[in-house]
Amino acid sequence: MNVTRGFTGRPRVENPGLPPGQYDAREDWPVLSAEVTPDLSPADWSFRVDGLVERPHTWDWDAAHALPASAYEGDIHCVTGWSKFGVRFGGVSLDAFFGVVRPQGSATHALAYSHTGYTANLPLADLTGGRAWIVREYDGAPLPPEHGGPARLVVPHLYFWKSVKWIAGITLLDHDEPGFWERNGYHARGNPWEEQRYSGD
Amino acid sequence: MTETTTPVTRFAVPGRIAVSGPAASRWQTATLTEIRRETPRASTFRLAVPAWAGHLPGQHLMLRLTAADGYAAQRHYSIASAPDASGHIELTLDRVPDGEVSGWFHTVARPGDTVEVRGPLSGFFAWPGDRPALLLGAGSGVVPLMSMVRHHRARGLTVPLRMLVSARGPEDLIYAPELGAETTPVFTRSAPPGVPVGRMTAAHVAPLLAEQPAGGWEAYVCGSNAFAEHVSRLLVAAGQPVDRIRIERFG
Repeated sequence: MNVTRGFTGRPRVENPGLPPGQYDAREDWPVLSAEVTPDLSPADWSFRVDGLVERPHTWDWDAAHALPASAYEGDIHCVTGWSKFGVRFGGVSLDAFFGVVRPQGSATHALAYSHTGYTANLPLADLTGGRAWIVREYDGAPLPPEHGGPARLVVPHLYFWKSVKWIAGITLLDHDEPGFWERNGYHARGNPWEEQRYSGD
Repeated sequence: MTETTTPVTRFAVPGRIAVSGPAASRWQTATLTEIRRETPRASTFRLAVPAWAGHLPGQHLMLRLTAADGYAAQRHYSIASAPDASGHIELTLDRVPDGEVSGWFHTVARPGDTVEVRGPLSGFFAWPGDRPALLLGAGSGVVPLMSMVRHHRARGLTVPLRMLVSARGPEDLIYAPELGAETTPVFTRSAPPGVPVGRMTAAHVAPLLAEQPAGGWEAYVCGSNAFAEHVSRLLVAAGQPVDRIRIERFG
């Protein structure tokens, strides 16, 4: 341990919801995106699931949200160090989409991609079982464009760069294929509780 | 038979990204060697990092401070210095009210103190000096851009480079004495006599896009999210392709 002379840190209370190396952003919700925020209206939005599935399918805005509504209320964690507690997202569980396309038994991983061309890879198991959503509401209001609106992926148990903004589709694969940040030095999975920030962590 | 439509990531330019896995994951001890005041709110901290693997202008690092009870706080900071062989790197930090890490730097730190760093990280915003670069920054968003300007000068590069930098007033303009003909400052609240006051507008951006170098500009935008949103829209409206705009948002 390399103790920094004179550094005490903020007064702190034990917070079991805070993964290692994270701080509480409280009211802030920083915008992290290397891209120009697209002008993407609900009418222009679509979402496709294909690859190793029985029936590839594309949903438009209304069709996607004709699926059963599902909400996430809980915490999110960004690899840059902040965590945000008690956020509320409204949308549709990915399980509902997978129920339509039916993943094949050989599918082990997914590559999620945005309408802007951003990609992120995830193990399929991180997207199923009520652990991932396509959301279009934040705190009861439409999801703001700079946060991925009109709709984004939310996988709250992983670092938030995996929660692809302006989600356009998910391709199921029988192997892991690094996405944009993963090809740029970030960890393949990104579990905040294991502090999987960079490749090699 | 399955049909897939996964696109290639448009804005990822192959071969332009240099992040070493081992360097990114290894913490190193860095020793503070010098503190320079830049503005009333910003200072530059020079660090000796003997095993620094080098970086590209525009990259950042992760910095960690550890308290005696084991509590650690870590933050990402852009690197201000150009890559060189000095064994030193420089960071320029704003004094953030109530800042847990920057507060230590601005009120406690003195030469000889040690901190930990790992990196360099995330080459997406990096500029190796190979393409014409149009740099647009606000406040401390000028920090990674200055690494590019310094790199351009240190290497005597001839590839075109221009910078627009926004500050509240002349005394808040970080690196003011170092800025040269490549830079146009924009002052949002107070300016020297005869210089207009106001935010960056299409009128600042249009002349730069009108004098496109061969192959066009690679645009690098760094500042607050509000600035990044505003300026990236100006660039797109002026005809800059979205996949040639790289954005680093500070908070």
